[in-house]
Amino acid sequence: MHDDHVILCRCEDVTLGDVRRMLAAGYVTVEDLKRQLRIGMGPCQGTTCGLLLQREVASFLKKSPEDVPIAKARPFVVGVTLKAIAEAADEE
Amino acid sequence: MIAKELVVIGGGPAGLCAAIAAAESGSRVLILDRSARLGGQLIKQTHKFFGSENQYAKTRGFDIAKILLSRVDTFADLIEIWVEATVVALYPDKVLTVVQDGKYIKIQAKAIVVAAGASEKFLAFENNDLPGVYGAGAVQTLMNVYGVRPADRVLMVGSGNIGLIVSYQLMQAGVKVAAIVEAAPRIGGYKVHASKIARLGVPILTSTTVLRAVGETCVKQAVTVKLDPAWKPIPGTESVHDVDAICVAVGLTPLTSLLAMAGAMTSYIPELGGYAPILTDEHESTLADVFVAGDAAGVEEASSAMVEGRLAGLCAAKRLGYPHADFDDIVSECHAQLAGLRNGPFGCKTCAGIAKMREVRDHAR
Repeated sequence: MHDDHVILCRCEDVTLGDVRRMLAAGYVTVEDLKRQLRIGMGPCQGTTCGLLLQREVASFLKKSPEDVPIAKARPFVVGVTLKAIAEAADEE
Repeated sequence: MIAKELVVIGGGPAGLCAAIAAAESGSRVLILDRSARLGGQLIKQTHKFFGSENQYAKTRGFDIAKILLSRVDTFADLIEIWVEATVVALYPDKVLTVVQDGKYIKIQAKAIVVAAGASEKFLAFENNDLPGVYGAGAVQTLMNVYGVRPADRVLMVGSGNIGLIVSYQLMQAGVKVAAIVEAAPRIGGYKVHASKIARLGVPILTSTTVLRAVGETCVKQAVTVKLDPAWKPIPGTESVHDVDAICVAVGLTPLTSLLAMAGAMTSYIPELGGYAPILTDEHESTLADVFVAGDAAGVEEASSAMVEGRLAGLCAAKRLGYPHADFDDIVSECHAQLAGLRNGPFGCKTCAGIAKMREVRDHAR
């Protein structure tokens, strides 16, 4: 299997190869990988890749997926324009 | 900031039933849905439901949506509906932020029912970003909502009920289903669906998965491979299918990001589809006055989502000071209906998941 042709994160175009290279380099938590690769930081905010990434980290660490924390959920669940937020602030 | 009594996030089967039950109890309700139409996944479900008469068995999904919406209409004085309104954040003080028509709106709710549903799981295989690789939900939306034929020849990945039902609907639309592959050693969905498809000559290949999509600019072929008992591909067992689409139907996972960002406790429970919220028997999360129903509480079927919605709606309304005249009777009826729906070979997975969830809950106390 060509890892560089397997997409994990469609939003940010992150491949399985990208993730495996980072894991080998010592970035072995979902939060670290997110900061290095922007995985899970696109429009769907990890809805598609979250569990795939968790499973990949778990298999690298030889752990069960439930022992690998996923990325922290923070506002917003989708992109919100600054314009919309600024206009709402003006009205208050 | 806009003040509201009960806010229901999601207008699918769970959310609509929650809103109806709360309005029956006397509460004012605001339903928020990101789509242009209410009904959630029901509007693309052209098959007849199983289960019991209470959950509209023998009725098609989109007809159930119509029935629920006409019930909602009878409470026009109590139920307010915002469509194309996406809840973008939920905060611990029950403030929600919503984006509708480019506007960012803050709502202070007194109680909330999260009925946000689930998202489709995806699969990591070679060239999985080629045009022609679809989620089963997208295929169903294209065919059954928009009347668009998604492909000519499809490989279906996953033999759960969604994979089986969507395969049958593809055939109804004149699309050839080359095969259904299933990584597990046995078919995941109901035998009645699988038999219907097998009779039409579609092979269902167990212990088999998709290895790669082939094509330069779009899917031209799919390569599948047999799996050993440890789910590892067996070299030399690859086979090539001439298809122009690969449809991924490998399950759903609850949409819990709103709950998690507000600080509600969730736990990884594979039987419920992934991370699921920790709930009381009244479907209240660990955040007071925030209830959860339907697939967002653990992936199941629309039948149980409707009952859970009714239960959560009744309990949320009672919390707001609107106890339904027959509260106790309806609540015990809901619990009995849920037990009935989960009684059977497929329900035992849900029951195991709920037992795990309760264990986490009791341990946390």
